Amino acid sequence: MLDVLIFATLNGLVTGLLLFMLASGLTLIFSMMGVLNFAHASFYMLGAYFAYSLSLYFGFWTGLIFAPLIVGVLGALVERYGLRRVHQAGHVAELVFTFGLAFLIEEAVQFFWGRDTKSYQSPDVLNFALFTLFGQEFSAYRGFMIAISVGIFIGLYYVLTRSRVGIIIQAAITHPNTVANLGHNVPLIFMGVFGVGTALAGVAGVIAGPVLTTFPGMATVLGSIVFVIVVIGGLGSLAGAFIASLLIGLLQSFAIASDVGMEDLLDLFGISFPYDHALADLWGLTLPQVAPILPFLLLVLVLIFRPTGLMGKREE
Amino acid sequence: MVILQTLVKKFGIWVAYLAVLLLLPQLFDSILAISIYNQMAIAIVFALSYNMLLGQGGMLSFGHAVYFGMGGFLGVHTLLMIENESVYFSVMWVPFIGGLFGLLCALFIGSFSTRKAGTVFAMISLGIGELIAASSLIFVDFFGGEAGISGDRTFGPTFFGVDFAQNIQIYYLAAIWTFIATIFMYLFTQTPAGRMANAVRDNPIRAEFIGYSARRVRFISFCAAGLFAGVAGGLFALNYEFITEENLNAATSGRVLLMAYIGGLGYFIGPIIGAVLLTLMNTLLSTYTDLWLLYLGILFLLTVMFLPRGFAGFIMMHQVAWLRGRLTSLIKPYLITGLPALVFLLGVVTLIELIHTEDETLSIWGLSLTPASVPTWIVLIAITGAAFYGIRRSLPQLREAWHAANKPDGEGN
Amino acid sequence: MAILSLKDVHKSFGITHIIRGVSLDIEQGEKHAIIGPNGAGKSTLYHLISGLYSVTSGTIELKGEEIQNKPPYEISRRGLARSFQVTNIFPRMSVFENVRCALLWSRGFRYSFWHLLGRQGELNDCAMEVLSQIGLLEKASFPAGELAYAQQRALELGITIASGAEVILLDEPVAGMSHSEAENAVQLIRQITEGKTLVMVEHDMNIVFDVADRISVLVYGEVIASDKPAAIRGNQRVQEAYLGEVATHA
Repeated sequence: MLDVLIFATLNGLVTGLLLFMLASGLTLIFSMMGVLNFAHASFYMLGAYFAYSLSLYFGFWTGLIFAPLIVGVLGALVERYGLRRVHQAGHVAELVFTFGLAFLIEEAVQFFWGRDTKSYQSPDVLNFALFTLFGQEFSAYRGFMIAISVGIFIGLYYVLTRSRVGIIIQAAITHPNTVANLGHNVPLIFMGVFGVGTALAGVAGVIAGPVLTTFPGMATVLGSIVFVIVVIGGLGSLAGAFIASLLIGLLQSFAIASDVGMEDLLDLFGISFPYDHALADLWGLTLPQVAPILPFLLLVLVLIFRPTGLMGKREE
Repeated sequence: MVILQTLVKKFGIWVAYLAVLLLLPQLFDSILAISIYNQMAIAIVFALSYNMLLGQGGMLSFGHAVYFGMGGFLGVHTLLMIENESVYFSVMWVPFIGGLFGLLCALFIGSFSTRKAGTVFAMISLGIGELIAASSLIFVDFFGGEAGISGDRTFGPTFFGVDFAQNIQIYYLAAIWTFIATIFMYLFTQTPAGRMANAVRDNPIRAEFIGYSARRVRFISFCAAGLFAGVAGGLFALNYEFITEENLNAATSGRVLLMAYIGGLGYFIGPIIGAVLLTLMNTLLSTYTDLWLLYLGILFLLTVMFLPRGFAGFIMMHQVAWLRGRLTSLIKPYLITGLPALVFLLGVVTLIELIHTEDETLSIWGLSLTPASVPTWIVLIAITGAAFYGIRRSLPQLREAWHAANKPDGEGN
Repeated sequence: MAILSLKDVHKSFGITHIIRGVSLDIEQGEKHAIIGPNGAGKSTLYHLISGLYSVTSGTIELKGEEIQNKPPYEISRRGLARSFQVTNIFPRMSVFENVRCALLWSRGFRYSFWHLLGRQGELNDCAMEVLSQIGLLEKASFPAGELAYAQQRALELGITIASGAEVILLDEPVAGMSHSEAENAVQLIRQITEGKTLVMVEHDMNIVFDVADRISVLVYGEVIASDKPAAIRGNQRVQEAYLGEVATHA
């Protein structure tokens, strides 16, 4: 029991931190520009693919450094030549634009890399067990993922709170007009933040690619979950996104690891149902089965009962 | 005579619409053509219902396929019930049953999701869409798991001897249903609830100050949209006799958004154009190239960026010039820019296909090109580049001609 | 009996106390102006009366019924209409549709999805009538968002009065207009509020003293005087708190 608990926690932590790397960029972009970037997870996918291609020729570590840079530049270009144009037409048009972008990136990835799964591998240096507990191994690569994520957050935190740019960004989040009036080039800041946000997604893609497999559907798989996180956490709240990321990560890994079901719950109350009952599917539910829908259930509940999310202040 | 004229003016377009729907099989009657017509009919109803949400009500939904799929699932279950003789009526009523179920789902979900428009609504629709798509793999009895469920439409009483076994019969039935659904959706826009949907889309706060609860107005549009999406789902069930989780997931929701947007939001005819266009791309273009989704994505992004009101909006843009009798002055500049634009388009498509192909020669536009030959690439890139330059050069003239054609007569500015 | 009556109304946002106990009685048929320096809480007061904000404490009665904290549409249905300081129309609909929508509820159409508006001759005539009153008959089929500013202000008025509400709240109806446009607008306001109760927030003192039968002065969330124009003009406290400032402005 204890081993399940520990490993579920560790895996939840890995997933949660990875999710936060995506969610933090998305949140930054949303707070500054009011745009929920539907294509955010697509940049994550691009990160994985670029890193894969680079790793074929120059090895994993080159990919880790250059793939996010390429993705960031691409993101900045998208902001400059696409999003800025649509901006005048309002938030719905922006949301629709990023939706279309997600669609196009998925098709473009299939165009350039094909439909099959790529064998993007973690580097050999990290192919050992970091530790063994109760006979189960915890791979060094997962440890590396945790280290990278935490390292990036500390860096991000320092930039945001200590540097001049960070202070301008923080001010632009809450008072974009004032910042513009103070003579700062807000469009440039927007472009930069969009670039950095997408580059962060790129990093997530690079390190997640080998574990979560690199295939054209990887953006769709994670995309809506990241959306769920920023909404649950409260749109525009970094702290909220952090809590929600860990929450969803842990929720999913625990739900998968457990084998509790509806039956056990009903047994607890001494109720039993015949197996040929019309609602047998409902009584037979197990937690691993419902794991994929839990985030969405949470999303809908949060939106109904607390539309601002856990830590959000903004109402529309 | 005058009466006749007003009659033509009032109902002419509807008679023409019905005539087109009913005469299409006379034009092409191959199995493929009929199957395409059927898909078009379904897509038209579905896209029009989506436009009730986004175009007319200002609600961006990423989960509209839920009501389509639910209508479809109940449609197939109805077919099964007709087969088991637990109910006794003609299969022609299946779209109606689908519509009722779509309405029922919309009544329930809309009761909490329409409280806000904008991003919150979009997120709830996304969440519910994913929730139901994921649940459909769990509740196997109703949804049939990944394989979906299938039925058979040849049971039940016939309608004056018509048993709806053949696709062509289904097409005529679908045409009638599409016609009826289109009329009702159009009439809805002419009612107080329909007009207030526009008002709430434009300015929800002001709408509350003229006596209307924005939430209630949205709820009514939402339910109507659910109803007609359900009808489309019922038509789907009838046409294909099976339905799977794919028909209510995010991809289907996305496709209907694309249809309505490319066709043109805010114009009643827009989604019809979009539905026809996308169905043709889906069925015909896909037989020529397996890259059609890539082209669709490019087309969609270009539409969002340059034609925010879609194809219908592009056509309507010319209304002013036409009213002022200056539409003809645009023909020449259009041709001057259009020609290089066409060459550019063909060049880009050829390049994309050339990159993609794995064969030794690529047959396209009657040419046969060799991907391995360097001169082919150079010539192609040169032509495409020249065409792009041509567009850039001629664009200012077009812009000028456009302003001249739209300038009000006499008035200063 | 007063048609609109505020009793000790308070409104705070967090710790900021914006409206500090306003009591005000407005009689039927009265033309009442509310004046006060910027930031005195005039717009907040309007938002409270019309239901956009909820009150922190106190009561607001319309025709003897309490309306505080009711949603705007409930208040509108009881016969109180308001205009906005920033033009607030339905930009993508035609001018005619703007006015017709404003008529719908009072004509009993509610949320009907079975009446065809094209067939409601009386309703359409009435909308045209309002359009001719506000001088926008020729622009009837024009998209409202593309009207010139003064015309949008006129449409704003049209939407406000279309329903035939007995109590009309106007928020700076002539702000941003040229002198001649403002004169026309005042003429229009007089004409369309004939026999109705009018409450008006306005900065232009000439217009205020011209139109109003009674003036209330709001300073820092409190009514410091409420009287006939002549008396207000002579009121020492008002001059200190407000008119002096305006005089130097003008």
